[in-house]
Amino acid sequence: MAGISMRVNGREVDADVEDRTLLVDFLRNNLVLTGTHVGCDTSQCGACVVHLDGKAVKSCTMLAAQAAGSDITTVEGLMSDGELHPVQRAFREHHGLQCGFCTPGMIMAATDMIARHGAALDEATVRTELEGNICRCTGYHNIVRSILAAAAEMNGTQQAAE
Amino acid sequence: MYSTKYHRASSVAEATSLVSAAEDGKFLAGGQTLISTMKQRLAAPSDVVDLRHVDDLQGISVSGETVRIGAATTHAQIAESEDVRNVCAAFADLASLIGDPHVRHMGTIGGSVANNDPAADYPAALVALEATVHTNNRDIAAGDFFVGLFETALEEDEIIVAVSFAAPKKAAYQKFPNPASRYALVGVFVADGSAGARVGVTGAGSDGVFRASDMETALDGEFAAGSLDGVEVDTGLMMSDLHGAPDYRANLVKVLAKRAVVAAV
Repeated sequence: MAGISMRVNGREVDADVEDRTLLVDFLRNNLVLTGTHVGCDTSQCGACVVHLDGKAVKSCTMLAAQAAGSDITTVEGLMSDGELHPVQRAFREHHGLQCGFCTPGMIMAATDMIARHGAALDEATVRTELEGNICRCTGYHNIVRSILAAAAEMNGTQQAAE
Repeated sequence: MYSTKYHRASSVAEATSLVSAAEDGKFLAGGQTLISTMKQRLAAPSDVVDLRHVDDLQGISVSGETVRIGAATTHAQIAESEDVRNVCAAFADLASLIGDPHVRHMGTIGGSVANNDPAADYPAALVALEATVHTNNRDIAAGDFFVGLFETALEEDEIIVAVSFAAPKKAAYQKFPNPASRYALVGVFVADGSAGARVGVTGAGSDGVFRASDMETALDGEFAAGSLDGVEVDTGLMMSDLHGAPDYRANLVKVLAKRAVVAAV
């Protein structure tokens, strides 16, 4: 057992966990942040994607102890002032989900790729970047549409702000 | 996962002493292979020593044509490095083809090289670039470093600190990813360097990464895809598994080598 502390969705958290505890289990079981899902549990499907210091990572493939001292954002941390994040809103408006199991990972992957590519994000890039996120319902078309719509809105907002 | 003890090292010396003191200690870099392996109970180290926060393992430096990449540099950092791209775009391209974006944010070049997965990408580049693997004890030529399947010249408690290579005149990497795992079913890195043409092949060899010397000789005549037309790839050297028979892999080696020569910049 070891004491770990990190910042999750802007909140400082401390806990005693076994060293072998995976980050995803720490988030779901200790913090009851069950938005982050375990799909394959073998680093393939991306349902467990969260942001570690602003970068998308698979929380099923790292120990909670590895994340100690870091800043973690989960899907629960995207809303601000009671408003859905533009990517969440786009997934709802463009039917970017059916069963919804992969959606938290898709949304965290999408916010990461929009942050990295900005206005240069095009359809081919979105499809390539979704390499690590598996959806068994939608066939991906509406997910791609949702991400492109959110990217356009977010880049438009940034331009307006400038 | 079996029980394990986590340590976070802040220096190379601390990391080696922690592993030495452990009953069965392992270095933990990005963990994109080791954590998965531990989850499947295929590895059960008594202790893991996290190297991600060791300053001496960080950073990319390019000086003239010499590229040096710290062992804890992630695949994403290499793929996005303008410095690497300016002198050897093929190396940055290779890094961008590893795993997926999330894996590339955690996985490191040192971890991948130390693991020496026979289907990993970096080994093909490192042997073709005649790179040097720098450890806390010595410098090892890439050709001597990769010994066999998942086997390297590293001693117990030896840590890769960095890899370095001289940027070639031209190079390219072509990869045929396994459709399920995205590991290289076959990957070929071709370089036209100061000592001549070099061809590194990963994913295909039954004994791990190798240099295709017949292809190198042919390309030394003229660095053109047509030079490879008459070269036969020995099927006896090829790996055979459910993903590909030896003759299939041998054919892919040749096809990808020709594509790499055409793509080389």
